[in-house]
Amino acid sequence: MALLQMQRIYIYALKKDRKQILELLQRRGVVEVRKMLKEDKVFSRSDYSTVRQSLEKNIAIADESLAVLNNYVKEDHSLLASLQGRKELPVEAYDSFKEKYMPTIDKAKRIIELTKYIAECRAELSKLQTQVEIIKPWVNLDIPLNFKGTKYTAGFIGTLPRPYTAEEIYERLAQYMPLDVNIISASKDQTCIFVLCLKDHKDKVYEILREMDFALPSLSIDIPPAEKLIQLDQQMEDIQIQIDASIDEMVSYDEYRSDLKFLRDYDTMRLEKYEVLETLLQSKNVFIVTGFIPKKDGASLQEELTAKFTAYVEFEEPKKKDDVPVLYKNNGFSAPLESVVNSYSPPGKGEIDPTTVMSLFYYALFGLMLSDAGYGLLMVIACGVGLIKFRDTIEESMRKTLKMYLYCGIATIFWGIMFSSYFGDIIDIVAKIYFRATDLPIIPPLWFYPVEKPMLMLTFSMAVGLLHLLTGLGMKGYQLIRRKDIKGFIYDVVFWYAILISSAILLLSMKMVTDILGISPNIPDTAVDAAKIAFVAAALGIVLTNGRESRNPFKRFLKGLYALYGLSGYLSDVLSYSRLLALGLATGIIGTVVNQMASMLAKGVVGTIFFIIIVVVGHLLNMAINLLGAYVHTNRLQYVEFFGKFYEGGGNIFKPFSIKTKYYKIKESS
Amino acid sequence: MKEFLNESGVFFAVLGAALAALVPGIASAKGVSKGGITAAGIITEDPSLFAKALILQLLPGTQGIYGLIIAFITFAQIGVLGGSSDISLVKGLLYLAACMPMTIVGYASAIRQANAAIASMGVLAKRPDQFGKSMIFPAMVETYAILALLISILAVSGVSGINI
Repeated sequence: MALLQMQRIYIYALKKDRKQILELLQRRGVVEVRKMLKEDKVFSRSDYSTVRQSLEKNIAIADESLAVLNNYVKEDHSLLASLQGRKELPVEAYDSFKEKYMPTIDKAKRIIELTKYIAECRAELSKLQTQVEIIKPWVNLDIPLNFKGTKYTAGFIGTLPRPYTAEEIYERLAQYMPLDVNIISASKDQTCIFVLCLKDHKDKVYEILREMDFALPSLSIDIPPAEKLIQLDQQMEDIQIQIDASIDEMVSYDEYRSDLKFLRDYDTMRLEKYEVLETLLQSKNVFIVTGFIPKKDGASLQEELTAKFTAYVEFEEPKKKDDVPVLYKNNGFSAPLESVVNSYSPPGKGEIDPTTVMSLFYYALFGLMLSDAGYGLLMVIACGVGLIKFRDTIEESMRKTLKMYLYCGIATIFWGIMFSSYFGDIIDIVAKIYFRATDLPIIPPLWFYPVEKPMLMLTFSMAVGLLHLLTGLGMKGYQLIRRKDIKGFIYDVVFWYAILISSAILLLSMKMVTDILGISPNIPDTAVDAAKIAFVAAALGIVLTNGRESRNPFKRFLKGLYALYGLSGYLSDVLSYSRLLALGLATGIIGTVVNQMASMLAKGVVGTIFFIIIVVVGHLLNMAINLLGAYVHTNRLQYVEFFGKFYEGGGNIFKPFSIKTKYYKIKESS
Repeated sequence: MKEFLNESGVFFAVLGAALAALVPGIASAKGVSKGGITAAGIITEDPSLFAKALILQLLPGTQGIYGLIIAFITFAQIGVLGGSSDISLVKGLLYLAACMPMTIVGYASAIRQANAAIASMGVLAKRPDQFGKSMIFPAMVETYAILALLISILAVSGVSGINI
């Protein structure tokens, strides 16, 4: 339960070592660089925005080329690949990349160019295809489409928008004989015709044809259609060859994929270096790095820097106004939950890290909500296999996530055994159907069946809730004591403890309440009397003190009264834990429903196959839905009920100047 | 007449159970589909948000499941799933009443929760890092469905103990 202590670090060094020092700092990744000193006549900051922009452009090019490449050559991307983590490369690979740098950028650019070219070719291809579609009906015509006539004749080539026979057209044009009508082709949408008449009749014939909705072809070509078709085919073939060649070239770049990835990482690293460079104060020969470093890493970094370079390193305690970054220090059991705290908010100034205390409740509440030993076992197996199989390469954040679900799974198994839920009641069902067992249940619950005693489960849920809330209040007390606010501790924590515990005792001494809950706690009378006195005293104390920030005594009293009304808030908080019952029952009951549906079919071999299918699919579905429910509602109980009592957050996570690559990590040669 | 009164209760009990499965189920389907439409929009912009958008989409789906639980418990109590189902008219009506909290609150809360979930998807689209917080807003709505579920469970199991 702790945060690492931070201190300010100042590194003064010579400019000639700047590149090496920055690269060293980046690889160590222990310093968060911040602006701490002001510019003056000697020291000033420089602007590297043009370099940064070009690096950003390169990163974008690398990303785009990789995405394009992936469209042509699929990278095998199995489900487990995300567990694999980044590949490790030695430092030399980083240093030697300089020679490959420009060629790789050219390759990336070429890949983007190629994809544009392929797209253009494909567009051209489809344009030609349309032309082919237009010309096809005319293929039997042996004169060019734009034929208008000879010295004494006029020709009309075009379409009529419905089927016609030659006779019909002859009939319409009968008075302008002699003429020649050819039907080139006819379909149900159009008739392609060629009409030849004397030049003298040209206008009249055209007029009649117009009345029949005659239209000229949308293409005008001066060679016979059949020849044009051959030409078009040839063109399309040429384009197709070019497309194929381009795709082949594209595919050949597959072997440079790792270079492209490295390019992206390489420039990402350089970009961050330049971003840091912009914050540095530099004079003609000297530069200063300022920032925060965890105290534990200070000495070793100082040693390394002063041994390798002409440099001076200085430490200083953080100033009061400093917004000190937060770095957690937790054991393996609690560390997985740091991300849960982070997604609420990292600890703010002067706050303690709630992760450890939260972790106990988190796993327990999660288990209570899922509460099925079978599902828990599946979680443990899945996470365990992932953790063991990829133990060397897995990323730290993924490792923590898997660990979190591993522990949640263990808690789930525990509660599953307490309530005897193994994939619902699958053991009993199988025993009954296939082994004719009569002595059910096979495995009785270690504690009780929540379905049979929902009230007991409700009481238990609320008791867990009260414990959780009191722990939260205790954390507040601890925090107040740490700040040496003894008054606050007594007024805001001790009084509330007294009033909460005494009201719990008073409620439990009422017959009505115990009847509802179905328990008989047998509280001795002296305890009840003591609780009465404590309740009144604490209530008075709260009314008198909890409005203490107001000076006006009347206002103070009213605020105190209002604070006492906060007791109802605790009531609703405790009731909120009834979701432990509701979600726990949900898992068990749906599991039972699945098993019952399956058991209805379980007769003979075919029935058994259906039985297995229904059980597997049904339970996977149930597990998925309830995992989601358990995750969301455990978070809610932590965020709203627990954190609401003491935790505000608002801190900043420690963001060291480090290597934040996507594909590779640099392996240190020690 | 007396016989009728002694045996007709099962109809109302089954009616109550059916409503508990039916009404919140409809609302959950509505809510999940609304969420799905928004989630699909987010995925077109950033496919990596699929898992998170899916979680938000599924949040209003639980009411249907709670309804199913109530229906199932009621069936088990009245012996529809096996055993005798002689239930007096009064008792049948009591079962019907006991199913009502889940039926009504389940319907209302699923749709309200879907609205909150969609708003949270807006947060997800703009600031994926704030997913943890955005998830809590729809979860707050669910509290009331859970309270209704609780009352319905207690009422259904309570009614079976009453001797009328």
